[in-house]
This record gives sequence, structure tokens and C-alpha cells, in this order.
Amino acid sequence: MISSQIQLASYLFASILFILSLGGLSSQESAKKGVLYGIVGMIIAILSTVLGEGIHGHIYIIVAIVIASLIGVAVARKVEMTSMPQLVAILHSFVGLAAVLVGFGSYLDPHTQELSGTLRNIHLVEVFIGVFIGGLTFTGSIVAWGKLDGKIRSKPLIYPGRHAVNIILVMSCVVLCYLFIGMEGTNGIGYLYVMTAISFFIGVMLVMAIGGADMPVVVSMLNSYSGWAAAAAGFMLGNDLLIVTGALVGSSGAILSIIMCEAMNRSFWSVIFGGFGETPKGKQAEVTGDVQAVDHEEVSDLLKEAKSVVIVPGYGMAVAKAQYPVYDMVDRLKKEGKTVRFGIHPVAGRLPGHMNVLLAEANVPYDIVLEMEEINDDLSETDVVLVIGANDIVNPGAETDPNSPIYGMPVIQVWNAETVIVMKRSMATGYAGVQNPLFFKDNTRMLYGDAKDSVTKINGFL
Amino acid sequence: MKVGVPKEISSSEKRVGATPKTIRRLIKQGFKVSVEKDAGTLANYTDQSYVEAGATIAADASELYKGSDIILKVQAVKESEIDLMKKDQVMLSYLQPAQNMDLLKKLADKGVNAIAMDAIPRISRAQKMDVLSSMANIAGYRSVVEAANHYGRFLNGQITAAGKVNPAKVLVIGAGVAGLAAIGTARSLGAIVMAFDTRMEVAEQIESMGASFLTVDIEEDGSTASGYSKVMSEAFIKAEMELFSEQAKDVDIVITTAQIPGRPAPKLWMDYHVAAMKAGSVIVDLAASSGGNCTQTKNGEVYTTDNGVTILGKLDQLPAQASQLFGNNLCHLLDDMGKAEHFKIDMEDDVVKRAMVTYNGKVNWPPEPLPVSPQKKSVDPEPELHSAPAESKKEKSIWASLINLAMIGLGLHLLAYVAPPEFMGHFTVFVLSVFIGWQVIWNVSHSLHTPLMAVTNAISGIIIIGGLLQTQDNLSDPMTVLAFVAILVASINIVGGFFVTHRMLKMFRK
Repeated sequence: MISSQIQLASYLFASILFILSLGGLSSQESAKKGVLYGIVGMIIAILSTVLGEGIHGHIYIIVAIVIASLIGVAVARKVEMTSMPQLVAILHSFVGLAAVLVGFGSYLDPHTQELSGTLRNIHLVEVFIGVFIGGLTFTGSIVAWGKLDGKIRSKPLIYPGRHAVNIILVMSCVVLCYLFIGMEGTNGIGYLYVMTAISFFIGVMLVMAIGGADMPVVVSMLNSYSGWAAAAAGFMLGNDLLIVTGALVGSSGAILSIIMCEAMNRSFWSVIFGGFGETPKGKQAEVTGDVQAVDHEEVSDLLKEAKSVVIVPGYGMAVAKAQYPVYDMVDRLKKEGKTVRFGIHPVAGRLPGHMNVLLAEANVPYDIVLEMEEINDDLSETDVVLVIGANDIVNPGAETDPNSPIYGMPVIQVWNAETVIVMKRSMATGYAGVQNPLFFKDNTRMLYGDAKDSVTKINGFL
Repeated sequence: MKVGVPKEISSSEKRVGATPKTIRRLIKQGFKVSVEKDAGTLANYTDQSYVEAGATIAADASELYKGSDIILKVQAVKESEIDLMKKDQVMLSYLQPAQNMDLLKKLADKGVNAIAMDAIPRISRAQKMDVLSSMANIAGYRSVVEAANHYGRFLNGQITAAGKVNPAKVLVIGAGVAGLAAIGTARSLGAIVMAFDTRMEVAEQIESMGASFLTVDIEEDGSTASGYSKVMSEAFIKAEMELFSEQAKDVDIVITTAQIPGRPAPKLWMDYHVAAMKAGSVIVDLAASSGGNCTQTKNGEVYTTDNGVTILGKLDQLPAQASQLFGNNLCHLLDDMGKAEHFKIDMEDDVVKRAMVTYNGKVNWPPEPLPVSPQKKSVDPEPELHSAPAESKKEKSIWASLINLAMIGLGLHLLAYVAPPEFMGHFTVFVLSVFIGWQVIWNVSHSLHTPLMAVTNAISGIIIIGGLLQTQDNLSDPMTVLAFVAILVASINIVGGFFVTHRMLKMFRK
């Protein structure tokens, strides 16, 4: 047994460790230490709770934690890095589910029944909000997981009047909340059930309406929701540690969503409320000219002559699992004394920072992996740019054609390099369905075929 | 396409239009190459080495000219050579078109398409073909080496057992390619180097080579769009002369490189400057062939004045090195003109139309002036047009944020009015945590955003505490069941999240 003062001190210490943990991620060097802080913080938080006063059913707690640990380790060990978005999404849903359960538990808690007046009202509102956020995080994340995993089609499901329906549903929740507070004892549980069902439904519809290209934003947004759900649970239980942690996670997800939206030049609301931005007013600039195709040997010759090479990967590279032969190529080129670097667009991949993880998995050292802003200035002095499985993020139309749907989106200016080689399966358009004038530029060469295949063949000539 | 490399007939010319190395490149471009017998001897390239590179040897000049479509030469052709040439032959060489109008007319009459390598415009695309730059580089280097040879002392400072030696002081006038090369060479020999140029923009380049930039107190920039400097005002020149008088007493070696294309070289180092110099000092005049920057320079001669100053009016050309670079310049131009297969005289091309001084029987000189160099573009007026609305917008946004803050303050007070103090405590913690989170997360590196999401997954499992607090002793209590499931899923989050983050971070390596 530890006293409540010690418990509070431990919570404060755990909060500090969590903040340091997130702060540690500011650089690769300190990131590992950051994770360690997080783990220590979590252990301190759990131990000081379990050893505190008023804890019952230790055996159930231990059994649950042991089972969960086994599952958690098994999943985390097995998951492929390309499937990280799915894992992240499903973990969000767990937080949502836990928030719903804790909300119900808190309502049934005998301590709640002892409250009266404003305190009780406020507590019940907290429960209601906590369950609402938890519920929509839960189902929203499951749908996101399904979409990322290809179990649910990624096309947005949009029906007329859905905004009106959503507003009516939210309004009815407010009414339900009012009725819920008015009920004595635990008699309001029926309202709580109905509201939970509504929040589940809103969660599903919210994510169903969002297209495949916007998934990074949605996952970041759900990340944020899972934090707010935890914070709401903290209010319910009057627990500052939960509030602090939830707020940290909530703002983290919000920032990631903002970064993603900026990288796509979309407003946050247009992503949430579906559809790919506004329809462009005029006709898109006609793309004319010829594409120049090359074969693998010519590409290898270009690479041999180049002094400085930049590789711009897109999700297509990960799908083809080409990152391993790509690294092999980088290795060969570096041995010949060439400068080889990667340029990563913030929305390359399906999670913020996903491409960095995929490259790291293929052993690419992180100091040659640069961000869009870092690489753009150097491209004019680059001899060869290899674009592998990317399309919209290297589209010059985003800068030059005001009628393009992606006009204003920051892009990697690969066309400033002396030669651009685009590896693509076919001339199909990207997520945004926009034709890419890059392919028709004089200094662009197209290499058709599966990325992994092509890179392996090029390596043969190097 | 056949390329011919004749022997230079001028006795002072040791260079040659192609070396075995550049011939290999030409053959790779698809050309057939023949070289006149003994063409490279003075530059230390034997006929044997040309044959090994893939060229054939022509017995004499007439055979060579007859069998070639393109002639690669160093010096401008003489009358006797023009007689050997034929219609539509392309010739690449120095021509000094501004001074050689007669020669151009003769070439045009003969129907020769002559490219003056010294008329290649100074634009970035043509840098690799610019013989003036590549030759100036050699001259700059050589000027210091020969000056050191005639200067009877060390260039670097030393402290020896026999006593202290002061480093030599070198003044370089004109910091073009030759000047900069001279600065670099003199610096690496240990001399103290000062440099003067009328173009303010080169100050940085001078300093980056390790020399100090001398300037006069008059604000006048000598830069022009063509990259050469212009003729300066009288007041400027007067100040410049005073500066030089001061320096003359002090410096040991003066290297002058000032040349203006198509004009005699400006006189910068006057009789009284030479008179003021110490005995044993050296002047190297790289502009000797166009009249000299020093009034006492004798072109093609090295002599010592009455007061003991050695003036060099000629330099050894380093023929092997110079031929190599010159030949490379020619290769680049031929490469740009379509190699052997697609060889074409494109009079739309910015470089070709300016360097092609005779074409289809007509003289094509002087060329149209170069467009203004892009870095010198006048300032875009557009930002100014927009500045007024931007400012009012700024003002508006200040008002908007003030109003927002007021609303937030009011909202907080209303909340405090209805909420119990306990809630306000938690709310304070919440708001401050959001702010901390906001500050901390913006610092997270973009490349670590996926690990960040996994870590936040793990720590949002802190909701496990809710379950821990709600577990009861009795499994039949619904609260225990709810709490059990909550603990279960939250723990999966904690363990899975941390584990996968660790896995990811382990993969990141330098």
C-alpha cells in the first residue's frame, strides 16, 4: 500500500516521463531513450495505481495484463512495416473501446451514485462525452483499418444529405445527454446505450466518406481522438495523469493532421467532410508532347555518368517491395563515390513518416533520407532523379496549372534536375486522378514495369 | 564525318587542336579523325600516341584539309592555309573576329563555316566550351610560376636559423579567371596576395581564394551583362592610379590581367608605377598580346628596366596541358552540335549563332548582344503592389486574435462560474498539457512521425488506469467484466505500441 501523496507524486513523475518520451522523438539519436522514458513512465503509473488504496481484484488485473502482453508482443513482432498503418489504426480502436468501457464502468461505479448536485451533473456529462468520443474512435478506427487493409473498398461513400444526418445525430445526442442526467441512480443506462450506438454509427460514416488518398489524415485524426478519449476518461475519474497523457496524444494527432493537410494543400475540414477539395473551375491545361521511354541499360548508363543522384520514392515502391533492391543500388552507386540521397514528400506512404520507416527497414541510413524542403534546393545541381512509384507528389502542374485539382500542393521539384527517370507500371494517373505533365518534359525518361523488377535489372548493369 | 587536326604553322604556337585523349572522345562521338604528321610534337604528343588513340596520320597539310569536313585548330588560319580549304568546311579555332575582319571576309568568300572559339558567349551552358576561360586558367597559374622564377627570393615567409624571411607581396590586377588562378597559385606558394578589380561582385571570390580585396573610395560598379568589365569614369581611374602608386612601393610581384574584348588592353600600370617599384620586383603582363596593361611591357619579350624591375611580356603556354583543355572545349562544342551522326549548324542556337562568324558565304559579325544575365534582373515590382493589402490584413488579424482571446477569456470565466473548483483544477491541467504537447510535438522530426504515432498509441494505453480503478473482487459484478476488457485492450496497446516503436527505431541507422 502506498499513500495517496506518493501516488500523486508518481503520477507527476510519469507525466514528466511521457513528455520527455515525446520530446525524445525530435531526433533519431534521442528517440530510443524516449521510448525507454515512456516504458518507465508507464510502469511507474501502473504500479503506483495497483499498489494504491482501494484496488480490488488483483488476480483479474494480472490475468488481463498477462494475456494482453502476450497478444501485444506477438502482434508487434509479426507486423510488416508496410502494414504499420493498419496496426496503428487498430490500436486506436482499442483506446476508443477502453474509453467506452471505462465510461460505462464509471457510470455503474457506486461512488458515482453517492454524488449529488452540480458535481454529479458534471460527472455524468464527462461520462457521456467520454463514451461518445470513445465510441466514434472505436468504430472509426475499425473502418480505417478495414480500408487500409483492403477489406473495405477505399472509394469514399458519400450520400446526399449526410451532413444534415450527422448534425441531427449529434443534436439528438445532446438531447439524450440532458435526459440521461435527469435520471436517478443508474436508470439512465438506456440513454447511454442509444448514444453509444449513435456514436458508433457516426464513427463508421465519418471514415467511410473519406477516400484512400486522405487516409494519412484520417489516421492522424483518429490518433488525436484516441487522445481526447483518454483525456475525457481522466476527467471522469478525476485523474490528472490520464488528462495530461490524453492531452499530449490529442495534440500530437492534431499536429500530424495539420502537417498532412498542409502537405496536400487541403483544408482540414474538406478532408473530414469528404471529397477531393473543390472542383476546379476551369479546364486543366492540356498536356501535350511525347513521352520518351528508356530501357534498363540506358538508365544504368545515366546513373554511371551521374555524380549526384536523388531517389524520390512513393507508396508504389513499398507495394512492389522495391526498397531492398533500391538500397542495393544505392550501395553500389555510393561505392563509386556518387552522392545518393532520398527525397521524401510528407504524404509519401500511408502514414506520416511511413516512407522513412520503410527505408529504414531496408537498411537505408537515415542521414541520406531528406525531407522535401531540404532536397528541393539541391535538385538543380542533381544529375539524375529516380522517381519510383510516385506520381502526384512530383507533379509540376501543382505549381503551374491553376486549374489542376492539386494546384498549390507543395511538390518535389524533380524537373529541375538534369535528367528525371520515372519508374511506373503504366501511364495511369495517381490518387488524385490528375495527368502529370512531368512525364512529357524534355528531360524526363519513362521506365515502365514493376519497380522491384526494374531496379533489380538496373543493378545487373551497374 | 571526318575531323582533321593540322599542325600549327605559327612558330610560336606549341599547342595543337586535339590530344590522344580528346581524339578518343571524338571517336566515341562517332567522328573519324586524321592528324597531320608531327602536329603534336611541340606539345609532347607523338604521332604514335595519336595512332593508338584511333586517328590516322595525314602526310601533309593539303592531304589533311582535302579529306576533312571539320578542322580543329588553335591559331587563326593564315592565307596559305585558306588556299587549302574548301567550301562548306567547318573550322574551329581562335579568330579574334573583332580585329580580323579581313580574314573573316576571306573565309566567307571561300565558303568556310568558321567558328571563333574566342567568341563563344559567356553563358553558363557554354562554360565547358569557353577556351578563354580554360586558357586563362593556365595563364594565371603560369604567371605566378614564371614571376617566382624571375623574383630572386622565396615567396613564402620563413623563420630559419639564418634569420627571418618576409613573405613576398603579390598584387593581382583584374580578378577574372586568370586573376583568380594567379591568386590561388600565389597563395599556395605562401605569398601575401592582394587583388584589385573594378567589379564589386568579385570581391567575395577574391576573398574566398585567400587574397584581400583592394578597392577605392568611389562607388562605381564595373560589371556588365557580358561578364566583362566596362571602362570606368575619370574620377575612378584617378583614385585607382593613386591606389596603385601606394602599392607600387610595397609589392614585389605585380600580375596584370585586365583585358576588354575587341579593344586594346587598358593602361593601368604607368611609367611612374614602374619607377616606384623596388629593384628585383617582377611584373607579369598577361595582356601583353593586346597592348599590355603596363606602359613598359614589350610583347613577347622579357627584360629588366633601368631600376631593376623585370617585366614579362610573354609566357610559356604549357602546351601539353593547354592542348588537352583546348581540345576538351572543342569536343564539348562538337558534342553540343549533335556529334557525328546528327551534326548540324543550328543558327537558332544561342551559342552557335554567336560563335559562327562566317556562315554560308557571309560574315556573321558582330553578333547580337547577349540577353541581360538572369541574376541581374531588375527587382520584381509585384511585391510592392501587394504590400498595402497585406498590411491591412495583418492589422485585421491582430484585431481578430484580440477578439478571439477576449472570447476565450470570457468562456473560461463562465465555465468557472458554473463548474466546481475540483473540475477547474483538472481543466487547468488539461489546457496546460495541450499547450505542452503542442510545443513538444512540433519539434518531432518528420522522419519519426510513424514511431511517434506508435508511441502515442502506447501511452494512450494509460487509460488502463480507469480499468484498474474499477476492477472489483467479484467477477459477477458487471463493472469487473467491463474493467477486465478495458485493461486487456489497453494493455495490448501499451505493450504492442512500445514494442513496435522499439522495433522501428532499431531499424534507423546512420
